[in-house]
Amino acid sequence: MLKDVQKAYPTAAFIEKSNTLILDEKDIFDAIQLVYEKGGELLLDITVIDYLDYVLPQPTRFALVYIIRHINFKESIILKSFLNEPKCSSISSIYKAANWLERECYDQYGIIFENHPDLTRILNHWQFEGHPLRKDYPITKGQLCTDSVDLMGAMNERLLEKGIVTQDEEGNYSEPNMDLMFINVGPSHPATHGTIRNFCAMDGETLIANVSEIGYLHRGFEKSCENHTYNQIIPYTDRLDYCSATTNNVAFAKTVEEILEVQLPERAISVRVLVMELSRIINHLVCLAAQLVDMGALTNYWYLYNPRESAYAFFSKLTGARLTNSYMRIGGMSYDLYEGYEEDLKQIMKEIEEGVGTALSLVEHNRIFQDRTQNICSVSAKDAINRGLSGPNLRASGVNYDMRTAKPYYHYDQLDFDVVLGSVGDIYDRVMVRFEEIKQSLRIMKQILGNIPDGPICVDNPSIILPEKKDVYGSIEGAMNQFKLIYEGVKVPAGEYYSSIEATNGELGFYIVSNGTGYPHKVKVRAPSFLAMSAYTSMVEGTMLADAILNLGSINIIAGEMDR
Amino acid sequence: MGVELLGDAVVTTRLDEAVNWARESSLWPFVFGTACCAIEFMSTAASKHDISRFGAEVVRFSPRQADLLIVAGTISYKQAPILKQIYDQMPEPKWVISMGACACSGGFYDNYTTLQGIDEIIPVDVYVAGCPPRPESVLDALLMIQRELQKDSLRKEVKKDFTGRLDNA
Repeated sequence: MLKDVQKAYPTAAFIEKSNTLILDEKDIFDAIQLVYEKGGELLLDITVIDYLDYVLPQPTRFALVYIIRHINFKESIILKSFLNEPKCSSISSIYKAANWLERECYDQYGIIFENHPDLTRILNHWQFEGHPLRKDYPITKGQLCTDSVDLMGAMNERLLEKGIVTQDEEGNYSEPNMDLMFINVGPSHPATHGTIRNFCAMDGETLIANVSEIGYLHRGFEKSCENHTYNQIIPYTDRLDYCSATTNNVAFAKTVEEILEVQLPERAISVRVLVMELSRIINHLVCLAAQLVDMGALTNYWYLYNPRESAYAFFSKLTGARLTNSYMRIGGMSYDLYEGYEEDLKQIMKEIEEGVGTALSLVEHNRIFQDRTQNICSVSAKDAINRGLSGPNLRASGVNYDMRTAKPYYHYDQLDFDVVLGSVGDIYDRVMVRFEEIKQSLRIMKQILGNIPDGPICVDNPSIILPEKKDVYGSIEGAMNQFKLIYEGVKVPAGEYYSSIEATNGELGFYIVSNGTGYPHKVKVRAPSFLAMSAYTSMVEGTMLADAILNLGSINIIAGEMDR
Repeated sequence: MGVELLGDAVVTTRLDEAVNWARESSLWPFVFGTACCAIEFMSTAASKHDISRFGAEVVRFSPRQADLLIVAGTISYKQAPILKQIYDQMPEPKWVISMGACACSGGFYDNYTTLQGIDEIIPVDVYVAGCPPRPESVLDALLMIQRELQKDSLRKEVKKDFTGRLDNA
């Protein structure tokens, strides 16, 4: 893939560390087309870098970044292009995933994508003025929103595509040629978790067209990152996918550690994998519990939620917090495992097995459950990849892609577990893949428990890890070291880097632009929920409203991660 | 004539007490859950902490059937008009619990998109600290509302004097 592009564009500069190819802005569309033809079928992310006040001189203020992964899931490539003017041609005709990603770039940075089907704001509200992630936008300048947008424009576009309305020369839409009822499902609706608005055109119970609006939980994660040191960002990452906070901690810390080129001690790696897998389980538990409640199977909520409550007790003891753990640090973690953790974990694992077993016995062979989920809202493997799905949602469509096996990190290649695959990518598959993944994660945890090596939990590097308290109070070096690390943060060499892990909902990646100080110049999250939500409309159109509700539960949208 | 003289004083005070006694253990919450705090509210409702012990388990998703608004999670400027609308749709008397740092003050999201506390747009009765608060704190807030409402009179119109940023917008 890389060689093909280099052959076609021999003058393009290549940055080895981040695997980045810098292309001329006029070549970008053709180059991406070429990448796609050569197997780069999974578009991971599109983002913009604003180089205003950057430490190193750059050709232009804005640069566009495309992160693309090969269909063998091992290679990936970053294409970058400097923009003389804030505009570029849209690649949404190649990747359907690009639609929302480009809208976000427009919303946050004001980059115009030509030929984009619907270039409107996505995270910020319609009355917002300016582009908040531009460096010259003050972070605290809030703008009041007085009214919600009616979404009729976007809805008419959907209906036009389906031939239900027509458009005259002046751009006015006709009345629909069938009797439609327009309803809002959300944002304040129990099944949309308070933060997603689906605007539906209904013909009886059948959902003819859907427009999703997100951004209700946009909390400015990326802008906040630019104003905090790397370790201060850890608590913010907790609140991305808040159902499995430690996984986000690891994803971020791992990316920074890779830029710093430090190697974690073996014990730290084992502990990280252990808590990540437990986090994966409890995230799946809450997803399945809520999903089954949406279906009316309320009892499962208690069977599945109570083990999660026990896991909270473990996390409380280990990290001091139930939900938002902030457990990881750059270069290690905040505390070592406590005495007696093994017994606690074994008890929790037993409870999880029991809970999952009981819930499965209620639904697995249940006719109502099967009728309501099988062959409903199916996504084909090809479509799932093109729309940028990842994690359990992609595996449910039968695509064997799991970062833990495709690009193993933290010794996952030495652990014995199965990648769980579905066959048709319907709601049933998505639910069952999650049930089975819980069992596989338990398997991983069992292999790690009892085999955790002794030793330190943090790298031995005073420029990264805080000194021990006795040194802070006992020696001038310790006190200085503490002071410098707290005030200036961990200094990360200037550069750009993307790294990701297999989080609960799919590939969770961070694209970090560092400027040599303790504060990042830019942090972009590759959020699996964002892309899953962008695929939602294509999944539900043509189904019943009640199916659409179930589908929303089955793709496990975590708003904190989707809206950031 | 005697009845007229005593009328208000006797009957309404007793009625207040009777009604407040009934209200105390049958608050119907509307959970405006948006973020992490909503997950902790799930814990509050699940069997271990079990909010039904305090008579508040009938979680409504229509504001017109609820009298206790629990705002659990970050409210962005985009979300604010919706929260205001939900609050306005709730019939009186009504109470509001602001759950967690974000709802109370914007929390550590001091930035362009986050409303710096829901009390900028709706009146709040009880603020619960924490990020997110433990389920026990939510139950404590519920008990505070129960104690507060004992003092309420049937005739009182709630929060008439409150004006939020979206009221005249």
